Amino acid sequence: MTQTQLVRRVVKPLAFAAALEPACWLLYNALWGDLGVNPVETITNHTGIWCLRFIVITLALSPLRWLTGLNPLALFRRMAGLFAFFYGTLHFMTYFVLDHSMVFDGVWEDVVKRPYITAGFTAFVLMIPLALTSTQGWIRRLGGKKWNLLHRLVYVTGLAACLHYFWKVKLDTTTPIYYFAIVSVLLAARVWKSASKRAAANATAAARLPRQA
Amino acid sequence: MLIKQTPDLRESDVTPRELYLRRREFIGTAGLAAAALATGALGTDRAEAQNPAAQKLTNLKKSAFDTDEKMNSYRDVTTYNNFYEFGLDKGDPARNAHSLKPKPWSIKVDGECAKPGTYNLEDILKWFPLEERIYRMRCVEAWSMVIPWAGFPLADFVKRMEPTSKAKYIEFRTLVDFTQMPGQTEPNLQWPYREGLRLDEARHPLALLAVGLYGEVLPNQNGAPIRLVVPWKYGFKGIKSIVSVKFVEKEPLNTWQQTRAEEYGFYANVNPEVDHPRWTQKSERRIGEFFRRKTLPFNGYGDQVASLYSGMDLKRNY
Repeated sequence: MTQTQLVRRVVKPLAFAAALEPACWLLYNALWGDLGVNPVETITNHTGIWCLRFIVITLALSPLRWLTGLNPLALFRRMAGLFAFFYGTLHFMTYFVLDHSMVFDGVWEDVVKRPYITAGFTAFVLMIPLALTSTQGWIRRLGGKKWNLLHRLVYVTGLAACLHYFWKVKLDTTTPIYYFAIVSVLLAARVWKSASKRAAANATAAARLPRQA
Repeated sequence: MLIKQTPDLRESDVTPRELYLRRREFIGTAGLAAAALATGALGTDRAEAQNPAAQKLTNLKKSAFDTDEKMNSYRDVTTYNNFYEFGLDKGDPARNAHSLKPKPWSIKVDGECAKPGTYNLEDILKWFPLEERIYRMRCVEAWSMVIPWAGFPLADFVKRMEPTSKAKYIEFRTLVDFTQMPGQTEPNLQWPYREGLRLDEARHPLALLAVGLYGEVLPNQNGAPIRLVVPWKYGFKGIKSIVSVKFVEKEPLNTWQQTRAEEYGFYANVNPEVDHPRWTQKSERRIGEFFRRKTLPFNGYGDQVASLYSGMDLKRNY
C-alpha cells in the first residue's frame, strides 16, 4: 500500500469516526436522558464549540502541512470543513427549532438586533456555499483560482464565529479570546505564505529579465 | 399597603390534610430554631426528597403566595446554579460548595437602624415562624424554575431592626473567605458580592429571606445558610450566604451593575419589554421544557408589586 492509499483507506475512515464522536456523545446522552439540567443549553453549547473546533482544524491543516511537510494532510481539509458545517448546522437547527419554534421572524429579529447572533448567523450562512462547492466537480467547474478565492470565505466564518462566541459569554471571555488568537495566527500564516510566494514569483520573473547594461 | 391576592392561589394551597392531622406534633416542637435544626423528626412527604443527610424543616406554614405550577426537581434546583464564589460553571457550586461552613453563622446589622448589632442566625430563626413559598425564579440569562423555598419575610426582619427615617435602602453582602469560597481567588467579580433593595421593596411581603429548600435546610450551593429571594426580580438580586445587612440613605451599587452597568441595573425587575443588550427577555426556557415560554412582567407577580413602581420609567430603571 502506498502512503496515499494508507491515508485514504485507513487513516481517513478513522478520522471520520473520530469526528463523529461529539455527535455520538450527544445522541448517547440524549437517549439516556443525561444531558444535564438544561439539555437544550448542553446541545447548543456542544454543537457550537465543536463547529468552531472543526473550523480551526480546517484552517490549521495547510499551515501544519507547510511546517511539517506532511502533504497527506491536504486530504483531510474537505472532511474537516464539512464536519464544521455539520456541527454548525446542528447548532443552528437547535436554535431555530428549540429557541424559535421554526418561526423565521424571530430569527430575523435576532439577526438584525443582536450582534452575537448577527456574527453567528454570518458565520453559518457563509459556510453554505463552501459546503455546496466542496466536490471535485465544483472545483473543476469553477477552476482552481476562483474556487480558492471563494473558499477564503472560511476565514470570515472563522473570525465571525469567534466574535459570536466572544459576545455570547456572560463574564469570562478567556476561551473565546484563545480561539480568536488561534484563528488570527492561522490567518496571518496564510497571508505570510501568499506574500512570500508572490515575492518569490516576482524574484523569478525579475531574474528572467535581461540585465540592463 | 393593599396586597392583592395572587391569581394562582388554589384551594390545594391550604395546609394538606395529613399535615393538619399531625399539627399536635408541631405544637410540641420547642421553638422555631429547634424546628429548623431538628433532624428528620417528621421529614417531608414529597417523593422528590432529597438529601438524606440534610436537616429537615418541619412545621412550615403554608403561604398565600404559592404558585401551583409544577415544581422543578431537587436535582434541577441544586445542580444548576450561578454562584460565582464557587466557580463560573453551573455545575461548579454543587461540586465545590462543600467547603462552605454555614454553621455557626452570624449577620452583622448596621447603618440607619435602631437595633444594630451582630446576630447569630440561630437567634434570628427563633424570632420568625418559617413558611414555605413556592416561587417562580427567573434568571437574567432567560431560564426559569419553580422552587419551594422555606424562610421568613424580609419585611419582618426589617421591622425588627427598626430602620430610622433616614434609611431608604437596604444593602446586603455575601461572605468573603476564599478558603470557604474558592472562586473568590479569581477576580471574576469584585468580592464581596453586594445587592440592595429600596426599603419599600424590602418591606414587600413577597421578599423572602430563605433558609430552606424543599423542606430541608438550604444546601450550600443554593446560598446557605441564609439568602434573599425576590421573585419579581432577576435571580441575581437573590444574594446568597448573607453576612451583612446595612440600612443606608443612598442607592447602593450592586455587584452586577458595578461589573456591567449597561447590562444590569439596580432594579432588575423581570421585564419582557426591556431586552438584555445581548439577548431577548421576551421569553424564557423553563428548565424541564424544550420550547421557550413567554416571560411575564414582574415574573407574573405584577398584581402584587407593580404599584411599587408607579410613575417610574422602567426602561430607564432596568
